[in-house]
Amino acid sequence: MDLNYFRLIDRILDLNMVEKTITVEAQVPTENTIFEGHFPGYPIMPGVLLIESMAQTSGWLLVALLNFERMPFLAAVKEAKMRGFVTPGELLTVEASLVHEGSGYAITEAKVKVAGKLRSNATLTFSHIPFPNPDLRGHMDAVAKRIGFPQQALQP
Amino acid sequence: MSSTFDQVATIIAETCDIPRDTITPDSHAIDDLGIDSLDFLDIAFAIDKAFGIKLPLEKWTQEVNDGKATTEQYFVLKNLCARIDELVAAKGAGA
Repeated sequence: MDLNYFRLIDRILDLNMVEKTITVEAQVPTENTIFEGHFPGYPIMPGVLLIESMAQTSGWLLVALLNFERMPFLAAVKEAKMRGFVTPGELLTVEASLVHEGSGYAITEAKVKVAGKLRSNATLTFSHIPFPNPDLRGHMDAVAKRIGFPQQALQP
Repeated sequence: MSSTFDQVATIIAETCDIPRDTITPDSHAIDDLGIDSLDFLDIAFAIDKAFGIKLPLEKWTQEVNDGKATTEQYFVLKNLCARIDELVAAKGAGA
């Protein structure tokens, strides 16, 4: 993770275009000013960042399903549950699956696990639009390469 | 079996916490019921699921923005229900 640049996904472990699921890995850093504030003497990952990790994971699934032609944006968070603390240095596995693909919107369910145990889950709504400019498209391309996005999954 | 309007009105009442008796076929979802675009995604999801269709929200929004349609054509409930019935019929014909 690079918390300072809000990049919470390290690499895609699995992307299944038929099942419409994705699994990613994310290493929580051992040190960051976020932990110095949240909280001194008891550092834990903020719940909103666990939600963001689920949103980014879901977002990559949607980018794939939308053939890298549209950009998803988080629109709603429902039933988000923080079931256990996540602490600096832990390795997260984040899973997401598509619940519904509508016109210009999509709904996913996502889970954060540590060593196979559920720590957080949520139902997320995204709106998606064609990439608004080439810079954003280029940025997403660069991040896709870094996290091992399977380009072969895309339709030519 | 309840009508399309009854189902849609129930969805709107439950999704947006709007009193059911204020929802009529002539109600405009946005102007009368105060439903915003984000709430409408929730309603669209519930309608998509309930009727097994995909409301073409993007197409409708584009047509309104281009001046080719009015919001009344799609968001007055009796018109929305007519669109839903057309989509259900088209799905049945294509099956």
